[in-house]
Amino acid sequence: MLYHVKIEITLKPTVMDAQGTTMEKALHKMGHADVQNVRIGKFVTMEVEAKCTSCARSAAEAMCKELLANPIIEQFEVHVVEAETECVA
Amino acid sequence: MKFGVIVFPGSNCDADCHHAIHTVTGQEVRYVWHEETDIDDLDCVVLPGGFSYGDYLRCGAVARFSPVMGEIVRHAAKGKFAIGICNGFQVLTESGLLPGALYRNDHLKFVCKPQHLRVERTGIPFTHFYSRGQVVEFPIAHGEGRFYADPDTVAQLEDNGQVVFRYCAPDGQVTPEANPNGSLNNIAGICNEEGNVLGLMPHPERRCERLLGGTDGKKLFKGLVESMLVHAISLGRR
Repeated sequence: MLYHVKIEITLKPTVMDAQGTTMEKALHKMGHADVQNVRIGKFVTMEVEAKCTSCARSAAEAMCKELLANPIIEQFEVHVVEAETECVA
Repeated sequence: MKFGVIVFPGSNCDADCHHAIHTVTGQEVRYVWHEETDIDDLDCVVLPGGFSYGDYLRCGAVARFSPVMGEIVRHAAKGKFAIGICNGFQVLTESGLLPGALYRNDHLKFVCKPQHLRVERTGIPFTHFYSRGQVVEFPIAHGEGRFYADPDTVAQLEDNGQVVFRYCAPDGQVTPEANPNGSLNNIAGICNEEGNVLGLMPHPERRCERLLGGTDGKKLFKGLVESMLVHAISLGRR
């Protein structure tokens, strides 16, 4: 089965996010005074061939731990969606 | 003593390191392409600055998977020497040879300037020709040099004396104003527990000749060679 995997990687809450802080200040200057706690991260999409949803999730989590995220400064969230297949009817 | 300068795709301080070691310090040195897997002939490897693999994903994240990195881990485990400068420091942290991580400077700007550093650790070959508390000046040139580690790791680094260089003012005072990138505790360079692997963001190889602004950096390479010589003589006398 083919799964669409979306991964969000952000700095841990304990790690100061200079990009997020700067964007927050810029948004405030633009008049969006009600904005707070802006965080900027990375977004990775991929397709994974796996037997089940949890298999696809496990594979993606292993990839995050080994390469895509640095566990010292970053956290990640994996979202798995089954790929839509073409109707053959 | 034989040095090797590792060349990753995107390294750009490799020739500077080669020049500092060979022409200035008078030591044997060769370039090591990142795909090489035989570095047994080397006593010290230098991971130079630059933008290995275009800094894709995170600085140093992809270089960690180069074939030569497995050999560098084995090289270090034998007690041989490794120095990571700037991007090389980032590769050493990503590969787990040194603790912590280096990420975006707090002000988001690429910073390129001469920087004063205080020597915090002596008694290791890298600082053989420096004294504790001595202020030196090396150039810095990085956008992602902010050192971070969790509080326990930072405490461990401090307690073990693994902080080798700290960003400071010209008079040696360690102040927030003298911190060019927001690094925790003004940390500019650290070593592993054994003291044979050094990583630092500043560039000692760019301060090896008067013509280029000073010779503070030359002492790092010279000191390593000298301390090895002393070590070899003492072994010979046993």
